[in-house]
Amino acid sequence: MESSQLGIQIAYVVAAALFIFGLKLLGSAGTARRGNTLSAIGMLIAIVAALTDQGIVDYRFILGGFVIGGLIGATASRLVQMTAMPEMVALFNGFGGMASLLVGAAAISGAVGTFTLITVVLSILIGGVTFTGSLIAYGKLSETIGSGAVTFKGQQIVNSLIVIGIVASAIMFCLTPSDPVWLYTVIGLSLLFGIMLVIPIGGADMPVVISLLNSYSGLAACAAGFAVNNNILIVAGSLVGASGIILTQIMCKAMNRSLSNVLFSGFTAVSDETV
Amino acid sequence: MEAVFLTFILMLSIFVGFELINKVPATLHTPLMSGANAISGITVVGAISLAGTGQQDLANWMGAGAVALASINVIGGYMVTDRMLAMFKKRGG
Repeated sequence: MESSQLGIQIAYVVAAALFIFGLKLLGSAGTARRGNTLSAIGMLIAIVAALTDQGIVDYRFILGGFVIGGLIGATASRLVQMTAMPEMVALFNGFGGMASLLVGAAAISGAVGTFTLITVVLSILIGGVTFTGSLIAYGKLSETIGSGAVTFKGQQIVNSLIVIGIVASAIMFCLTPSDPVWLYTVIGLSLLFGIMLVIPIGGADMPVVISLLNSYSGLAACAAGFAVNNNILIVAGSLVGASGIILTQIMCKAMNRSLSNVLFSGFTAVSDETV
Repeated sequence: MEAVFLTFILMLSIFVGFELINKVPATLHTPLMSGANAISGITVVGAISLAGTGQQDLANWMGAGAVALASINVIGGYMVTDRMLAMFKKRGG
């Protein structure tokens, strides 16, 4: 390993340690703000390390992305009302999911081997579901769209068909990666599935859903990490994925409900009416 | 072999993630969610290498888009979390 590569990897280890400490400190009231700062420093270290990679020859695209994204993120987080925080988090989370989808899709040209292709599909799938799911969650919380549960007859059948479609087109993509049709099908169905997952859930349950989607966006980043062969994406992504699931469970417990109860409450409401 | 190492890392990180979160007071649920969400913006690091290839092809543009979107997640996420926690401090005294 070249010395510059080694330096980057060491920086990633430091960043991972800061993420872990940061999450730990975020769990108790007295230390939470320090925890958040630590984790932000970890992120800065990881980004600076990534920028020193010798494979990077053109900084214009990166800089453009940073400026646009940074301005939007900073402005939105300054202007948002305190009461509107959860939907803001949902929106940010959706963008993170979309970013993982794009990283997965962009990594296709460099992908070799079935394993990498599978991780590409996973990052696209989870990223896509996170993106549209978070947008719907945002819409419901901000009441841009109705906050009620949307259910219709045969919804479960439609959802099953989407899942079958996703699995089938994912397999076809891995077998014939050069054919873009299957890639577009996977992207389209993932985006659709994200919508279908969240519309049957009522607005009051949205915080739990956002927490779950947050966990998904971690998993999407983790899958993208496999696709582009990057340790820090895998570590940080799976940290968020795992801690997000636990947090989701804790939030459900605080509401005296189970996770499946939250996720499928819309469906049971329909069947209750018919009884 | 690389894939096996990466899977090891994945497994250990998941265990750490599970262990990190327990007995979080209800008032901290939203900030914790938001803080973890900011970390998931780490995908920006993957996007950086794709956006910097200098080839000006579709993958390059997608990488640049991913950098922008992930930066929103990272910068917005950390700033929003900090705002929430700053409010806590005032209220708690």
